Amino acid sequence: MTLETTRRLKHDTPDTDRRLDGMAQGVLGTGMDRPEGPLKVAGRATYAAEAHPEAMAEGYLVRAATIGRITGSNGDAIRAMPGVIEVIEDERMIRNAAQGMAGESPVQKQGQVWYVGQPVACVVAESFEQARHAAQAMLVTIEPDGTHVFDAEDPAAEVEKPKQKQLDQGDLEGAMSAAAFSLDATYHTPSMSSAAMEPHASVAQWDEDGALTLRGSYQLLKFNKAELADVLGVAPEKVRILSPYVGGGFGSKLGLAPEAVAAALAAQALGRPVRVVLHRRQVFETVTRRSETRQRIRLACDAEGKLSAIGHENLVSQLPGEVFSEPVAQGTHFQYAAPNRVIGHEIARIRRPAAGSVRAPGEAVGVTAFEIAIDELAKKAGIDPLEFRLRNVPDKHPENGKPFSSSTMEATLREGAKRFGWTHTPPRQRRDGEWWIGTGMAGAVRVNMMIEAMARVVLTGQGARVECDMTDIGTGSYAILTQVAAEMLGFAPDRVETVLGDTDLPPASGSGGSFGAASTSTAVYLACMELRERLAAKLGVKETELTLKDGLAIHENRKTPLAELLGEEEWRALGHLQPGKAGQEVRQATWGAIFAEVAVSDVTGETRVRRMDGTFAAGRILNLKTARSQCHGGMIWGIGLALTEAMEHDPRDGHMVNRDLAEYHLPVNLDVPQLGVHFLEERDDWANPLQAKGIGELAICGSGAAVINAIENACGVRVRRLPATLDQVMDGLIAQG
Amino acid sequence: MRAFDYVRAGDTAEAVREAGGAETRFIAGGTNLLDLMKLEVMAPGKLVDINRLDLGGIEATGEGGLRIGALVTNSDLAADARVRRDWPVLSRALLAGASGQLRNKATTGGNLLQRTRCYYFYDRGEPCNKREPGSGCAAKDGMNRILAILGTSEHCIATHPSDMAVAMRALGARVEVEGQGSGREIALEDFYRLPGDTPHIETVLEPGELITAVILPPPAGGRQIYRKVRDRSSYAFALVSVAAVVAVENGRIAKAQLAFGGLGPMPWRDADVEDALVGETPSAALFDRAGDILLAEAKGYGGNDFKIPLTRRTLAAVLTQATEDDQ
Repeated sequence: MTLETTRRLKHDTPDTDRRLDGMAQGVLGTGMDRPEGPLKVAGRATYAAEAHPEAMAEGYLVRAATIGRITGSNGDAIRAMPGVIEVIEDERMIRNAAQGMAGESPVQKQGQVWYVGQPVACVVAESFEQARHAAQAMLVTIEPDGTHVFDAEDPAAEVEKPKQKQLDQGDLEGAMSAAAFSLDATYHTPSMSSAAMEPHASVAQWDEDGALTLRGSYQLLKFNKAELADVLGVAPEKVRILSPYVGGGFGSKLGLAPEAVAAALAAQALGRPVRVVLHRRQVFETVTRRSETRQRIRLACDAEGKLSAIGHENLVSQLPGEVFSEPVAQGTHFQYAAPNRVIGHEIARIRRPAAGSVRAPGEAVGVTAFEIAIDELAKKAGIDPLEFRLRNVPDKHPENGKPFSSSTMEATLREGAKRFGWTHTPPRQRRDGEWWIGTGMAGAVRVNMMIEAMARVVLTGQGARVECDMTDIGTGSYAILTQVAAEMLGFAPDRVETVLGDTDLPPASGSGGSFGAASTSTAVYLACMELRERLAAKLGVKETELTLKDGLAIHENRKTPLAELLGEEEWRALGHLQPGKAGQEVRQATWGAIFAEVAVSDVTGETRVRRMDGTFAAGRILNLKTARSQCHGGMIWGIGLALTEAMEHDPRDGHMVNRDLAEYHLPVNLDVPQLGVHFLEERDDWANPLQAKGIGELAICGSGAAVINAIENACGVRVRRLPATLDQVMDGLIAQG
Repeated sequence: MRAFDYVRAGDTAEAVREAGGAETRFIAGGTNLLDLMKLEVMAPGKLVDINRLDLGGIEATGEGGLRIGALVTNSDLAADARVRRDWPVLSRALLAGASGQLRNKATTGGNLLQRTRCYYFYDRGEPCNKREPGSGCAAKDGMNRILAILGTSEHCIATHPSDMAVAMRALGARVEVEGQGSGREIALEDFYRLPGDTPHIETVLEPGELITAVILPPPAGGRQIYRKVRDRSSYAFALVSVAAVVAVENGRIAKAQLAFGGLGPMPWRDADVEDALVGETPSAALFDRAGDILLAEAKGYGGNDFKIPLTRRTLAAVLTQATEDDQ
């Protein structure tokens, strides 16, 4: 019999023990390779679509090309096509992917098309090609249900202004008129897509007892399980989701998506396994996108550049019936001090595909626009933008006076400037042939969140196994959870096996909001701590006096092999983190500073990023290599946000026009220079017992502004509508003469 | 993808014989055709695979030019030492196109026959006269940032996406084709058709005619430039591109062969522009005048209006570079 004991932490107070600093194995924080890396490069890591249960049929989604009420279809004719087994037109099909952490069904079809591109049926056939062909032949009759609005700025748009999302402190307008320098500018960011490399795919299989196993590609399995059960109307314990490998998420796989529901319904109807893989064009349309934003930013400062007022009023879009709205000003609430503050948040209900969380919802676009505005005001005041920021570092939360858990804004700015060799020069000073050369900088900030998480650790004399339903979406979960357990239990990492992505295992945090690594690592830490206590008790020593290293328990100059201590036993412990007051009593955040050098063609307005350097602080860094990769990714997103990425919606019906990877322009290798990434060594005791914070989203929150600011410094053209496509810059160059 | 018949031809005669029907398409690299078939934008009833044909070589011609087999890949053509030395504008144009993976697969003949990248052509939920004659053009009043400003009609404003063909047009290339019973050569300037009211018919090829080679005339000399302006540094289609072969003698422009991509339904070349340049002393005013002539009939559709000043500025920059004294 194996005894499983549980160690719980309700995280209310800072953890000043910093136990990890007293461990001896020396693997945590190193740039350890991903343990599953060889499987991935050898093609032996099976992603969702690579499951092939016996007798599997293939499903393909049917897309609605207009909005309105569904009145019929040629489904019977489609059923007669070669290879077609069934056409699923179930009313339980979902309109769009669920929002992150919804835990319940999103809006279901119920005879209605809400946006162009909505999936309305699923054709199931013996082969993928037959299913796809039949799906493309399917006609759904849709009766128009009135006129609709497709642009958030259309005066006819229905706009909500939720009371709890507005803030008015002091007297912004008074401060604006009394200020030595002020700015009132409006910025736009476009609709964007996550565009993860692996398209969404699900393979659904029901057993005789009415239990469903779904192999899918998801980020938050415990929520996805609840969502799928709710959609289907079955008990959650009848649903198991497997996502051992996920080829990128960026928010697009937070919530259950239409392919999973279609696969589950089809498999149930047919009594055989069904696979549904989304075409890239369907991924763009049916999975949540980042809302476009309009951001009015007002700033005022005195002659020395001390901010006296901050206004950030935003308009975002969303489909009717969705709760989420892009939290644009999330970082603005605390990034800079100023006594007079207005924050506004409006949501236009329009008929574009549903919006949702995309990497760093809020700060990715909010901090980017705000950091452009700061640059503009610094310029007006004639102050170096680095110096301007340093003069406005808040010493506490500017709105509620709460302390910061740690504040590294100033340190990252100073260190980043030193590494980059920052010097402030006026615009239009440097030239290389037809290319204007300029430099720009921006601060980065992202809130830090912790989510409830459980994990099991099984200890034997030979090693340990970590088990939970955590996902690794390319971020490095397998690596860091292995490292935490290896460090705590004193094993070489190859003695630790980490098993993830199965809802039959303890529910972890899942991956999202940069909370995954710290939350689930804490659960693993707690389980390991429980095992350490049990080992210490067996040896009759205090846990704090016990050293575990290389499979040995070391105390008072005695070394006892764990194999001897445990014999054939298997010790199991469950770690359970519950976020507590630590998340409310202080403001937890991560900080950074990004510097860029660009060249802008005086002929065409094309921009090339020549150099980019980021300095970040996010508490303890758990794996140097995966953390750096996350920052590389964020900085590249920043380049895309600044220069290339925009999902275009047709003005006549809101449909996504450029919904493929040839025309939705992610930066390519040649757009990305050598990127510098540096971390400041930090311990944030308020965050968790690991003193670690989220790193996944920080670098995207500001990188784009550094590029936009560098364009202005290079050629004098200020772009306020992102991305800064060459035509916009060229127009500015022409206007300058 | 609609079910289709598939034939692998052993030689050119067999390929041409198999390709008699209107619903038949040749397939070589398939880099564009297969995507379009999956989306059912194109749905040929039969494919004739020509990859086993003996059309893979690059040979010198008697007149001092090159005969490029239709199956020569973009990568091989760009890397050919003779092309790099004597027709460098072609090599540069090829390397500006697509990605390394696509260039390894894409062929010379197929590249000439690429379909447009108009968003609405790819979208079966939208009207498109090129895809479905008579259904209308959604692009004119829709998103048209990447579309044409020259040679358009009320029925179609699509651009031809090739970079290679733009350089070939500047070089005065000819297309060698084989049909039922006979072969012929078509000058590239006569190869493409304007959309008019039949935008679905893009070339003068008869049903079943197969491109077997492209003939380059003898080296044109001069300074050769290919400049491509696009929305990212690589793997994006041209918003505007300029292929230039320009020679200056005794301070005057002796030769100006200019072709443009991203502007029209075919690689664009305008004899009036070239005539206005030849014999003149290079100057900013002259280059402006060349731009005026080129763009006299240019028509923007809102989203692509910027292409007019962009073309003017890019042309001037290319001509400046092509005519400036050696450093």
